[in-house]
This record gives sequence, structure tokens and C-alpha cells, in this order.
Amino acid sequence: MYKEYKNGVKALNGVSLSIDKGEFVFLVGPSGAGKSTLIKLLLKEENPTSGTILLNNMDITSVKNRKIPYIRRNIGVVFQDFRLLPNKTVYENIAFAMEIVGAHPKEIRRNVPMVLSMVDLSNKAHCYPDELSGGEHQRVAISRAIVNNPPVLIADEPTGNLDPDTAWEIMKVLRDINRRGTTVLMATHAKDIVDVMKRRVIAIESGKIVRDEEKGVYENEISHI
Amino acid sequence: MKMKFRIFKNIMKQGFQGAWRNRGMGMASIGSITAVLVILGIVLIMVLSINNLVLETKGKFDEIQVFLEDDISQEVSKAIEEEALGSQGVLTVIYKPKEEALQDMKKDWGENAYLLEGLEPNPLNNSYIVKLKDIEYADEVVDKLSKLDGVEDINYYQDLIEKMIVIANYVRGGGLIITAILILISIFIISNTIKITVTARKREVNIMKYVGATNGYIRGPFIIEGVLFGLIGAILSILIVNYGYDYFFHTISTELYVLFTVYLVPPKALIKDISIIFVSIGMGIGALGSMVSLKRFLNV
Repeated sequence: MYKEYKNGVKALNGVSLSIDKGEFVFLVGPSGAGKSTLIKLLLKEENPTSGTILLNNMDITSVKNRKIPYIRRNIGVVFQDFRLLPNKTVYENIAFAMEIVGAHPKEIRRNVPMVLSMVDLSNKAHCYPDELSGGEHQRVAISRAIVNNPPVLIADEPTGNLDPDTAWEIMKVLRDINRRGTTVLMATHAKDIVDVMKRRVIAIESGKIVRDEEKGVYENEISHI
Repeated sequence: MKMKFRIFKNIMKQGFQGAWRNRGMGMASIGSITAVLVILGIVLIMVLSINNLVLETKGKFDEIQVFLEDDISQEVSKAIEEEALGSQGVLTVIYKPKEEALQDMKKDWGENAYLLEGLEPNPLNNSYIVKLKDIEYADEVVDKLSKLDGVEDINYYQDLIEKMIVIANYVRGGGLIITAILILISIFIISNTIKITVTARKREVNIMKYVGATNGYIRGPFIIEGVLFGLIGAILSILIVNYGYDYFFHTISTELYVLFTVYLVPPKALIKDISIIFVSIGMGIGALGSMVSLKRFLNV
């Protein structure tokens, strides 16, 4: 897959990877390596200059703009800056994601408490975001990402704004979600997390995959020495 | 189907919420739409009244007066009458002797009629009053009759009518241009108002996009907000134009008697048409304004 921005920056230069259903994958690499671009391509925010993207064996490289929302419903997203609606409660923030797809009110009343209990936030359902801590913010964001049961969850540096203890809470939640069968792709700079989790690691540098190994670590020891 | 309905309900709800939250700026949009429609209403009433006036005058002046030379024989006069009757578009031909003409003149002059006393011999001409089906036939008939022997002069009102039609066209054209400009201005104002809402809710819209909301779902509430502003503006302007014109009409008809009101369109005849026109234009402006401001914004 290739991606060249209009300003001539070659953000991705021949990246080829495949992630199986149910995998937990870390995407690592220095800033500007192309991690964000890769995620943007997956979310259909940008189109690749050349190459193809398959989701569930369906080619989503050149779908019409009109269809993009339906693709995004298969992918839950979590961002570093949480992106919750400040004027809605925790419950409403999550219900919002279900209302958009036209879910039945009964389903909403059932699923929202369910995901909230999964992330251990049942008691904060009626709080507003500004009453929550950073870790709680992110757990709400994760709940929102998974409430519609997408097969894939993409997390773009979900622990970037959190202290190490809270970051581990989030990782536990993500691991639980992965155990339930959701494919998780997480871009991160958190070396310790990657090293401890021992999952597949894909390292990108200057738009190329430099390493892809099962049970990998953040940095290749050889290059380190 | 049920899912679609729920989505529709959500969109409606959010549209109304947005309009309420944004009511300060909404006032500006509603005000501009109301102003545009009120001006459109005034133009409309003017155009209709002038049309009415043209029609009325046309009816009144659909006759031509053919003055005969003095001392013509019975035969010549008869020939003129027959020629006139035989022309296309002529309804009746009535002979009006000069004595009758003088009587009419005296009546018209009223108090000053004494000035006409003792006019001997009668300086007026005998004439035929030729009544036409339509003023359009006048030119042809005049052309034909003026060539005949014994015809001194022909008087008719074609010029006047033509001038009035020209004026009516100017009023119509001018009104149309003014209205078009005003509509563009209010689309601009609405689109700015909606742009402010959109910017204020940029975060929300962004999140909606990531969660997989369709463009229609995102756009819907804003369009409803715009349409709502348009509708309120339309209702206000219908009330203003209706009551304003009603008041104007009645003041004029009591102060100036019926002289003037014959030419004005009665308010009752207008209300239905004006309501339909205003509501559709108001809502159209609202929807268009929203779409203009959303077009660039949604391209992600």
C-alpha cells in the first residue's frame, strides 16, 4: 500500500500487512513514521495513492463516499484525546452511538449498561465527562466504540494521555475486549505495555514495515545495541 | 422501516433542539426571511394591483370616437357606419350628434358650464362611438376608418394603455430583481447562521462521523433547523402582510371612498396565494441556506 500526500510527503511507502480475526496487534514506530496515516486509511479518512485495503474480505479501497459510514460501523475507534461529547452524560454519550445507527430503544437500554459494567463504570452512568478522570474518560470512549459490536477496534494511542497505572487499566479492558473475539489494532508509544503484553508487533519507520513479529517487543534489541 | 422512522425521529428532535439552542442567531435569520417576504408581499400586491388597473382601464377605454366632418351627406355618414360595423373586433357603433356632445361636455364641466352657454354655432363635431371587443383591435380599425372620406379625426386610448402596460412590466421586472437579490441575501444570512451552529457542533459532528453516521443523518438536523427558521419567518411575514394590507386597504377605502380601492386587489383574495408562496419560499431559503453551509464542511 502506498500513500503520498499532496504536499509530496510519502507517508506510506510500500506497506503490506494482514491482520487475522481476533488478533491483538501493536503498531509501533516513531512519530511521523506513518502509523496515523495507516489508521486514517483504514478509517477511510484518506484514500491510498495505490494499493488495496480489504476488510472482511471486502475491498474498501474505492467505495463511494456514501458507503463510508457503513464501513465505519464495522470499526470501533478510540483516540488519545477521548472525544466525548461534553454536554451529554456518560450514558447518553454511549447511547448516541447506537441512536445514530437507528438501534431500538430497548436494545439501547440493554446494551449501554452492559458495556458500562464491562468497563466498570456502572456507577458513573449519569455523570458528565468533566466529572470523570482521564482513565474513566477513556473507558467511556472504549464503551462507545464497542457498543455496536464492531468486529474491529482501532485504538490510536489510547494511553497517551494517561499515567502508567491508568494506562494498565485501559489495557486490561482492551485485552478483555480482544478475548471476546474483537480484533484490536493499537498504535502506541508505550514501550513497557508492548513489552509486557507480548503480542504481535508491527513496527513502521519512514513509511515502511521494518519488523513484524509475534509476541514481539517495542524495540528490536539488535538495533538498540 | 421502523429503524428508518427512529432515525427520522432522532433527526427531527435534534433539529428542533439545535434551533432552540441557537435561537439568538436564529432571530437574525428569521428576521431576514421575514423582511424579504414582506417586501416580496408588497411587490406582489403592487404588481397585482397594477395588473388589475390595466385590466380595468382596458375595459373602460375599449372604445374609439370617430369625429365626422361638418356638412357631410347622409350617404357618406352611413358608409362610415357600415365600414366600422364590418371591421373585425367591433361590437357596436353609436351615433353621437354634436348637440349631445355639447350636453355631455356641460355635464362634465359642472359649475363652469355657463362658459359654454351661447356657443353658436356648436363648434363640436358629430361622431360615432365605436365599441370594441378588445383594445387590441383599435389600431386596425383606426387605420381603416381614418382613410375614409368624411372622417375628420379619431380619438382613442391606445397610447395610454400601452404606457400603462410598459409601467406594469417595469414594476413586475423590478420587483422580481429586488426579490431575487433579497432571497440571495437571506440565503447568505441563513447559511452563516447554520455555519455557526455547525462550527459549534463540530466536535459532535466529527464523533458522529467516526461512529458511522451517514451524511444524511448529520445533515438532517441542520436542514431542519434552517427550514424551521424559514417557516417561522414565513408565518410572521404572512401575518404582517395580511394585517398590514388589510389595514391599509380599509383606511384607504374609508378615507378616499371607493375611488382608489377599485384598482386594489382585495386582501381576502390574496391571503391563500400569499401563504402558499411565502411558506414555500421561506422553507426553500432555509433548506438551501443550510445546504450551502454544510457542503464544504461534510467532505471527510
